[in-house]
Amino acid sequence: MALHRSIIRWKKLKLKKEGKKSTTMKLSALHQSYLNRRRSPLDSSVDAPSKSFLAVFWLVLHCLCCLISLLLGFRFSRLVFFFLVSTPTTNLYSPPFRPDLPPPRIDLTPSNATTAEAKTSSSRVVVGRHGILIRPWPHPDPVEVMKAHRIIERVQREQKAVFGAGAKGSRTVIAVTPTYVRTFQALHLNGVMHSLMLVPYDVVWIVVEAGGVSNETASIVAKSGVRVIHVGFDQRMPNTWEDRGKVEEEKLDGVVMFADDSNMHSMEFFDEIQNVKWFGAVSVGILAHSGNAEEMVMSMDKRREMEEEESSSLPVQGPACNATDKLIGWHVFNTLPYAGKSAVYIDDVAAVLPRKLEWCGFVLNSRILWDEAESKPEWVKEFGLLNENEGVESPLSLLNDPSMVEPLGSCGRQVLLWWLRVEARADSKFPPGWVIDPPLEITVAAKRTPWPDVPPEPPTKKKDQMSLSQGNNNVVVIPKHQQQQQQRSSKVRKPKRRSKRNKHEAKPTDTATQVSSSTKHHQERN
Amino acid sequence: MKLRSWVLIFIACNLLTFSTISAFRLSRSQPTERISGSAGDVLDDNPVGRLKVFVYELPSKYNKKILQKDPRCLTHMFAAEIYMQRFLLSSPVRTLNPEEADWFYVPVYTTCDLTPNGLPLPFKSPRMMRSAIQLIASNWPYWNRTEGADHFFVVPHDFGACFHYQEEKAIGRGILPLLQRATLVQTFGQRNHVCLKQGSITVPPYAPPQKMQSHLIPGKTPRSIFVYFRGLFYDVGNDPEGGYYARGARAAVWENFKDNPLFDISTEHPTTYYEDMQRAIFCLCPLGWAPWSPRLVEAVIFGCIPVIIADDIVLPFADAIPWEDIGVFVDEKDVPYLDTILTSIPPEVILRKQRLLANPSMKQAMLFPQPAQPGDAFHQVLNGLARKLPHDRSVYLRPGEKLLNWTAGPVADLKPW
Repeated sequence: MALHRSIIRWKKLKLKKEGKKSTTMKLSALHQSYLNRRRSPLDSSVDAPSKSFLAVFWLVLHCLCCLISLLLGFRFSRLVFFFLVSTPTTNLYSPPFRPDLPPPRIDLTPSNATTAEAKTSSSRVVVGRHGILIRPWPHPDPVEVMKAHRIIERVQREQKAVFGAGAKGSRTVIAVTPTYVRTFQALHLNGVMHSLMLVPYDVVWIVVEAGGVSNETASIVAKSGVRVIHVGFDQRMPNTWEDRGKVEEEKLDGVVMFADDSNMHSMEFFDEIQNVKWFGAVSVGILAHSGNAEEMVMSMDKRREMEEEESSSLPVQGPACNATDKLIGWHVFNTLPYAGKSAVYIDDVAAVLPRKLEWCGFVLNSRILWDEAESKPEWVKEFGLLNENEGVESPLSLLNDPSMVEPLGSCGRQVLLWWLRVEARADSKFPPGWVIDPPLEITVAAKRTPWPDVPPEPPTKKKDQMSLSQGNNNVVVIPKHQQQQQQRSSKVRKPKRRSKRNKHEAKPTDTATQVSSSTKHHQERN
Repeated sequence: MKLRSWVLIFIACNLLTFSTISAFRLSRSQPTERISGSAGDVLDDNPVGRLKVFVYELPSKYNKKILQKDPRCLTHMFAAEIYMQRFLLSSPVRTLNPEEADWFYVPVYTTCDLTPNGLPLPFKSPRMMRSAIQLIASNWPYWNRTEGADHFFVVPHDFGACFHYQEEKAIGRGILPLLQRATLVQTFGQRNHVCLKQGSITVPPYAPPQKMQSHLIPGKTPRSIFVYFRGLFYDVGNDPEGGYYARGARAAVWENFKDNPLFDISTEHPTTYYEDMQRAIFCLCPLGWAPWSPRLVEAVIFGCIPVIIADDIVLPFADAIPWEDIGVFVDEKDVPYLDTILTSIPPEVILRKQRLLANPSMKQAMLFPQPAQPGDAFHQVLNGLARKLPHDRSVYLRPGEKLLNWTAGPVADLKPW
């Protein structure tokens, strides 16, 4: 009862403060709903004369309230009268929200039945105006929100299990990467590594290094989370003898793909190769690149001309299909036709091109490489029969019948990976392990910087040195520990001046290693 | 001897595991569960051969001409009556010999008199129905034989055969007296309500199947919306104060949850409505002016668990589909606690509901595809009719016995159409 009164009082206060029509209407609606609930189930038991008296009474009251509200200017609550006149029952307000109580369940037993509900003819549901039930604190409850998020997470996990990677019986991806130590090796290997780390299936990464196993490669490759088999190889041959040995030794079962370290793979590529049964081919986009920028521009124009002349100038290597999605040949890069079947072109504008069919466009079931012909189709040659000294010229020579290759990626229409050969100049050097060991302090003038070499105001003995690594041969080598310190302190100390300079410095070169050192600062910190 | 017994046990174990595994994974796509309602496992029943339906040839003013006047009737949510006739005309259950028919169908389109806005006006429907019944009663002897007890009609309007869109007036009118003994196939269903006759078959409202199929998104799109709803909360045109529309339930949803991040509810009409439903776990299906709505069909098709907020509602094919297991029922008085109710459902139950919803026969049963496919709503109606066979002896009247009162009802209904 007291709680009830306090609720009503709170609502009245709210009314007085806001004077909003909506709340009054809702209250009056609640009031009426109470009446409805009280009245209509009692239809059968209330007498006619008392009913008419009640109706007249409320009509008179209604007119009175209208007049008063006309005077007042807003519609006030008739609950005043209601409050005075009748005794409250439990049907009017929903009970206050108490989190300790279990929420009312769907199969609630009828409480305080004011009616003969057992009558099948009368419905529990009442027609007419009902109240709009609002709980006392109609705002999100953080506990409920957390529970809901856990439910969402569980549902999404189930979805992933049903539709995602685990659904189709995911096969291990065996990636074979030939590599050798060179300037751009870190760039390329990191790229491949990250692609493989993102693959949602199990990955075995076989890194074949020409010239034997080296620490450089090992240190880069060790950072990946995938299982790596690092193999050294004496000759630089793009084939898979060693790998086949590995694959067979460990009976690796899965899909073998050739991830040359300078290629870029799309994630769909890994999803698509799961579908391969024995030997598949995908379309590889050939990104021909020449080192000279001017030549590139020229080639673009030329290429545009070419595009106008011919129907398509996509530099793609991959399977070619006819209208019924059957393999009929290969798109290759040169005009040199392969095996006499259809071929596409592009002229040799750029410097670096693949000369033959690239291995990276083919994927195979690792069982092909196993010795025992367990269920190997007869159109696959035995590996052992191929002469090791010759090397395997092209992937298709592994097969007796090249028409059994499965075209993947909607029959070669989707380009799932890109081939690119970008290398540094042959004479370029890079710090071993990409770690700059002190204490070399060689400053070479950077001729192409737009800002002056000497900073405008050196209040303390600061030596600002910049280095550019884009296509220039200038390398600035600076003591490592100072470099690290300054990179941290450049943000903290003297933010205003420094940040200005840093911004100024940072703008033109995103890729530049920006270093500012100061020995004095370093000492002060200590 | 011992070896043999071990071998047998070994074989038995293998068979057992194999059978359970195969039972669980019915197909390579989402695992589903079989659906069986109170009438048993009847969703996949084939009605052909179990019943015979005779379709009356009414003059085209009762059906074709009305449709010609307004072709919008083919796409609105009451289109089931039209498609039912088309289905029956070309179905194998149709018989041209009325003597051997178990059921008789009267094809009259009572819900095709549309306002410019597209809403059907029910004012002439009682007269139209009455006129049709008078026609068949005078031209064929089968109506008088049973006074309509083996006839069925499709009345998909708001309140079925009460023929009014306002509930109070519909209750006041009651079911058309001439249809008292007939079987009604209607979308409206509410327990203990005047407009739901004992023995009626509840069907889902019509939702365009091609349109829904064309908006499907891949199943691996994660469901990230917890509760989704798009529609009116207050019907400002007809009920500005609130409280009448939806018995205040929709307004309560808005007032309690409008600032709740879990509830994606608004009155917008986004073009991605179907796609959003597929990204939601729960879809609210509250009552409006009538308790049923096409949202239920959309929720089932898109795999979103329907949260039904309508007291005492009777859902489509309630004897064939166990709706309690599939949807969540919330009383209108519990709407302020909707978030608590939904978050307290255990995740296993939610996953089970999603599996049931993924069952293709469930989705098929909610649709009216053209041309008809096995297991769709047409077949479920026929299954329902077949389950009511054989007719009770009391259905056949003795000669001269009259049970219907042909002059009952409001005077305006007695005028000829």
